[in-house]
This record gives sequence, C-alpha cells and structure tokens, in this order.
Amino acid sequence: MSDLERAGSLAERCAAGERAALARAISVVEDRRPGFRELLAQVAARGCRGHRTGITGPPGAGKSTLAAALARHWRGAGEEVAIVAVDPTSPYSGGALLGDRVRMAPLQLDRGVFIRSMATRGAGGGLAEAVHDVIDLMEGSGFGRVLLETVGVGQTELGVAAAADTVVLVLTPESGDEVQAMKAGLAEVADVFVVNKSDRPGARALARQLRDAVGLGRRRQGGGLDAAAAGDGTLARTPSGPAAVTTVGERAGALAEEAGAPGWIPPVLAAVATTGEGIAAVAGAIEDHRRGLAGSGALEARRIARAQARIRAAVRAALEAHLGRVAGGGGFAEAARMVAGGRETVYEAAQRLLAAGGILSGDEEP
Amino acid sequence: MTSTHRRIRVLVAKPGLDGHDRGARVIVSAFRDAGFEVVYTGLHQTPEAIVEAALQEDADVVALSILSGAHMTLLPRVKGLLDESGLGDVLVTGGGIIPETDADSLHSVGIGRLFGPGTHTGDAVAYIREWFASSGRAST
Repeated sequence: MSDLERAGSLAERCAAGERAALARAISVVEDRRPGFRELLAQVAARGCRGHRTGITGPPGAGKSTLAAALARHWRGAGEEVAIVAVDPTSPYSGGALLGDRVRMAPLQLDRGVFIRSMATRGAGGGLAEAVHDVIDLMEGSGFGRVLLETVGVGQTELGVAAAADTVVLVLTPESGDEVQAMKAGLAEVADVFVVNKSDRPGARALARQLRDAVGLGRRRQGGGLDAAAAGDGTLARTPSGPAAVTTVGERAGALAEEAGAPGWIPPVLAAVATTGEGIAAVAGAIEDHRRGLAGSGALEARRIARAQARIRAAVRAALEAHLGRVAGGGGFAEAARMVAGGRETVYEAAQRLLAAGGILSGDEEP
Repeated sequence: MTSTHRRIRVLVAKPGLDGHDRGARVIVSAFRDAGFEVVYTGLHQTPEAIVEAALQEDADVVALSILSGAHMTLLPRVKGLLDESGLGDVLVTGGGIIPETDADSLHSVGIGRLFGPGTHTGDAVAYIREWFASSGRAST
C-alpha cells in the first residue's frame, strides 16, 4: 500500500468514527511519519469544523479537572468531546510524564469522549508542534467540541491563543496569580477568566483584582454596558453561591476588541471544578463567546490568523530541514565553531548557510 | 530531514483496589528518564478503562502494577480486552507481588515479563526497549 492509500484508508476509518483509527492517525501526525501530509489533506477535505476551547493557566490551577468538568457538562447536552492534554517533555531525557488523565478518570469509559495526551517534544508556547494537526484530525472524526489543555504556563506561553477559538484562563486564589497573570500576555489572550478553587479564601479578592487589572473593574451600572454586545447569556446568568464573586465587567477596551468578538467582555467566573460548581456558567460563557465570534466574522478572522501562524511554522520547519540537508549537520557545526571562535558573526554564518542552501544569493541581505 | 523520531509510549496503570502506587510512581519516573512518553492513569483503574486509555493513547506498552494478589484475574482480563479491541500487538507487562508459577501461566496467555520486588528499574527499561526494537512497531 502506498502512503497515499494508507492515509486514505486511515482517514476514512477516522471519519467513520473508528476510535483506534483516530488514535493511530494522531500518532502518524505527531511523529510526522510518512504519509502524514496526505492524511491531513484527506481529513481536511472533509471540511469538518468544531469549536476549539483552550484551557490554560499556571501549574496546579485545575486545568485538567476543569476540562473534565466541561466535558461532562457538554456530554450532558449530548455533544461529543475530544480533549488534547499537553504536558512538557523533559529537555534532558526526551521523555515525558503525561498525567492529565488522572483527573479525567470519570470520562474514561464514555464513548462520546476521546482523550489524547501529548508531550511538547521541544516546542515552546505551552503546546506541542503537531497540536493543531491533531485537533484537525479530531474534528475530522466528528468531534464538534475540542478542549485543548496546555502545559502549566508561566508568563509567555501564549500558543493557546493561536490554537483555540475561545481561551479560558484558569487561576486560583492565594497564589499571587493575579499579578503573575497580568505581567505579560496571559490575561490579554483570555476570553474567559475562571477563578477555580473559589471555595478557598481570597477568591473574591482575586476576582476583583482580575477585573481591575484588565480594566474591567467599573461597576455594572447606568447605561455603560452594551447589553446586546455582551450576549444575552452573560448578563442573564445570575451568580449564586461561590459564583457570587463573579460579575460581568465592563468593556475591556481595545484589548478585548482585538482578541475577540467585537464588544466581548471577558467575564470573570468562579468555579470549583472538583464539585462542578460554576461549570455551567463557564460553559455558558464559552458558548456566548462562540456565538459572538460566529456572529461578527471574528471567528473567520481568528481562523485566518491561525492558518497564517501555521503556514509560517510549516515554512520555517521546511526551510530548516532544507538547510539541514544542504549544509548538513557538519555545515552547522563548522559555522558554530567559526562563530564561537570569533572568526565569523552569527549573521555572517546565517547568510552563508542561506546562500549555500540557495535561499539567498550571496550578496542578498537576509 | 523530517524528524520522525519514534517515541515509545507506555501506559502505566494500577488496576484493581489496592492503593499502593509508590512502585508505579517509581517506574513512571524511570520510564520518563529513559525517554519514554509515559501516560499515567492513576489508581483504581478497571481493565476496561485501562484498555480504552491504551487505545486512545495509541500506547505501545501497557505496564500494570498489581500488589493486590488479583493478578491472575486482572492481567488476563486486560490482555483479553486488548485483543478484542484489535490491540493484540501491544505489550502487556507489569510488576508487583507475583509468584514465579503464576508468572509462567501468565506468559502462556501472552503476558510479557513481570518484575518483582527488588527489580532494578533499568531492567524494565531495557526489556521494553528490546521488545520495541524487535516488535516492528518502530517502523509503523
């Protein structure tokens, strides 16, 4: 069987809902095995699209537990859910401990849920390189809901923003998260904030600080809030219990404007993922955000931005592979010795290698 | 030069009711340090849940830790379910308190090596590497 034929039959089995075929297809794509491009092309040709929810946050915030709780919620509504959970690869051994399933045990025998653990394998951004492709496969296998759980992130792992339609940022009280999250970027990519473990002291304060920090702190009163733009669900939900610390803030200004649907106000919601408290509200906010994106054309804009990032990454990888072939490991090693010995600058070496690879002519600036 | 570096994926699970997962945790760390991608599913797993997880994760190896004495039931059950799911080529191995004679009869139903107390983790790693290299899975 040729790579193309094999890819074709695997794609068909995926589309038919064969779980073992999806599992194998994911491995083919993840390992970049022969035929993976054909496989992705076959799956893409089917044009299935779902909604991609990214869940990110610091280690221990409860991302896996929240993912499991959301999956249960959607299962209750009859939807099929695929989950990709990413954990870091050790830079020393190349191995990885993928432990997110421990928190998802109640979903393990539900045939409407498919969970796959992935290691980062050296990719930055809190995700694995093949994660987009894996989600494509899941959607191509009929999953309309995909949850993408990132590694426990710090301050700069923002890959999830490009990978998801809706980004949920999970934070916890008593951890200084509010300051950490505001430092760089993380809060800027969040479409929905979840204060998890909100039965612990400090939840209310964290929610308030979050709203302040993203410029959402103004009280919901007077005519300031554009109710229509906020989406009906967000305003209609009346928080109770632990969810009482949540209110929907005001306009987040240009920041939210760029990141999401026009007029979208990232809500700050309280939850206790282990008990399921507040999960319906989180799912509701995700749904509101999805509707807002779809209704405004922002969804298409996000998908175009995502495609652009993926194309760039693919071009970069191909260029590197091409240069690797032309220069060989030896070419790079030789250049490295030259640079380290002070006989050449990094930029001269790069230009020389690019010229050798036929990507630049000798005198062209990179 | 596409990087088709094939990682060995090992599902480590504790079937049954015993709550002693220290051994499982030690072996999980050893496997990770050996460069394996280790999916750990936690305590109290049913054979059905283990096999479903192995299927979804496309595991090469299922490594089970059993200290409860129920190995004669649980191990063949996992192996049988794997076979039924079309995963007959997945290695089932494990460790725990498993008498020699029991191990022999388990081998006869297709279970791989079983490691008892005092095993050097390196032996389990080497066993999996050798099995993987000779299994043909490396080129799938």
